[in-house]
Amino acid sequence: MFFQYLSQYLKTRLQYRADIFVEFFSDLLSQAINLIFILVVFGHTNLLNGWSRDEIIFIYGFFLVPSAVFSAFFNIWDFNERYIVKGELDRILTRPIHSLFQIILERLELESLLGALTGIAVMFYAGNRLDLSLHWFDPFLFILFVIGGALVYGGVFIMIACISFWADARTSLMPMMYNISNYGRYPVNIYNKLIRFVLTWVLPFAFVGVYPAAFFLGKKEWFWYSFLTPVIGVVFFLIAVMIWNQGVKKYRGAGN
Amino acid sequence: MDKYLEMIRIRFLMMLAYRTNYYTGILIYSINIGAYYFLWSAIYGNKEQIVGLSVTQMTTYVAVSWMARAFYFNNLDREMALEIMEGKVAVELIRPYNYLGMKVMQGLGEGIFRLFFFSAPGLIIVYFVFPVKFTWDLSVWGLFAISILLSFFINTELNLLTGITTFFIYNNSGLIRAKRVVIDLFSGLLLPISFFPGWAQAVMKYLPFQGISYFPSMIVTKGFSQAQAIDAITQQFVWVILLFFPIQILWSLAKKQLIIQGG
Repeated sequence: MFFQYLSQYLKTRLQYRADIFVEFFSDLLSQAINLIFILVVFGHTNLLNGWSRDEIIFIYGFFLVPSAVFSAFFNIWDFNERYIVKGELDRILTRPIHSLFQIILERLELESLLGALTGIAVMFYAGNRLDLSLHWFDPFLFILFVIGGALVYGGVFIMIACISFWADARTSLMPMMYNISNYGRYPVNIYNKLIRFVLTWVLPFAFVGVYPAAFFLGKKEWFWYSFLTPVIGVVFFLIAVMIWNQGVKKYRGAGN
Repeated sequence: MDKYLEMIRIRFLMMLAYRTNYYTGILIYSINIGAYYFLWSAIYGNKEQIVGLSVTQMTTYVAVSWMARAFYFNNLDREMALEIMEGKVAVELIRPYNYLGMKVMQGLGEGIFRLFFFSAPGLIIVYFVFPVKFTWDLSVWGLFAISILLSFFINTELNLLTGITTFFIYNNSGLIRAKRVVIDLFSGLLLPISFFPGWAQAVMKYLPFQGISYFPSMIVTKGFSQAQAIDAITQQFVWVILLFFPIQILWSLAKKQLIIQGG
C-alpha cells in the first residue's frame, strides 16, 4: 500500500521539477541566513554560556536533520483547514487504513529530506573543526536520535492538530509551536529554569536539537538526556496517537 | 483621494473582524522576542556593551524591531502574485483607481490596524515581561514615527516590485520566500547592522534593507544620536523615491505584456 502511494507521489512530483529546485534553493538560503546569524554573533563573543561557536553550529546542523524528517512526514500544519473545515477527513474515514497513517501518506513531502543533507554537511563541517572522532556506533545512535527527535516534533504537532476535534479554534497555534521549536536549536541552559522545564518535559523540543547533539559533542553531563531522546520520542508519539484516536471517535460520533 | 481613504477604512474594519488572530499573534511575537532576549543575554554574558549597544538597549532593540514589523509587514507580494496568476488583475486594471495605489492603501490600512491592536499593546506587555527601557524623550519618538512610516513605504515598495515580477516569472513563490528570509536578516530585524563585519556594512549602505528595521529601532533605543537619526531618515526618504522608478518601469512593461496576451 505504501509503495503504491509512493509511486503516485513520485509521478506527481517529477512533473514539477523546477518547483522542487526552487524550494530546495530557498530552503538552502534560509539555512544560510541562520548560519550567517550564528557566525556574525560569534564575531563578538567566544562562548555562549560555555558553548563555542563550532558547537553551536554543530547543534544547529543536527537540528536540521529531525526537522527535515518531520517536514517530510508530518505535514499537518493545515490539518484544520483542509481536513476538518473542508471535510476531507470524511473521505479518509471511509477507508480501512488508520486515518493518521493515510494523512501522513497523503501529505508526504519526501523532497524535504534533502534538508537533512544540509544538516549533515553542517555537522561534518563543525565536527571537523572541533576534531570530533567518529565511532562505529555513532551512525546507529544518530539514526536513533533523529527518529526520536522527529517523533517528538511530530507528536507535539499531532496533539495540536487534535485540538480541531474538540474546539473550533483557528489553528494559529501551529506558527507558535514552530517558533517554540526554534528554541530547541540553541543550548537549553541559556534559558531560565521554567523555559528549560517546558522545553524538556512539556514541549520537548530540546530533544530535537540540543540534547542528542550534546552526545556527539562529548558533553558527558548531558548523556542521560541524549539517551532519553528516543524514549521521549516514542512516548510523546504514542500519546499523540491515542489522543488522535479519541478525537476521531468523537468526530465519528458526531454523525460525520 | 476619498476612495483611497475608504480603502484604508475598509481594510481596517476587515481586520477588526478577525482581531482574535492578533491576540494570539502578540503571544507568538512575545515568544519570539523571548527567544532572542535569552540568546542575546547569553551572548552578552558579562560584557557591558557590544558595538556601543548595552544589553538593555539590545533587548529594547529586539522588542521594538519585532513589534514594528507588525506595522510595516504585509502580504502584498503574495496577494499580488495570486491575483496575477488567477487573472484577476486584468479586471482590476479597468477600475477607476490606480491598482498599485490601492495595494499600498490596503497595506497601510492593515499596518495601522496592527500598529494599534498589536504593536502598541505588544510593546506594553513586553515592557513588563522583559527588561526593556524606553526613553521619555518625545523628539525621539517623533523621529521614530517618521522612520517607521518610511520603513513601511520601503518594505511595501519592495513587496510591490516582487509582486510585479509575477508577470515575468510566473511561479515566483520561491523568490518571495527567499526575499522575505533575506530581508529578515539584512533589514536589521535579527541583528543590528552594526554587528556585521565592516565590509558587509559597507555593501549594505548601498541597499535599501537597513532602512526597514535597523534605522527605526536604532532611533528609538537611542543607539543613534539625533544627527545620525536625521541622516538615517534622509537615507530612508531617498530610497522611497529611488524605488518608485523601477516599480513604474516594470509596471508599464507588465501592463503591455498583459495586453499583448489578450488579458
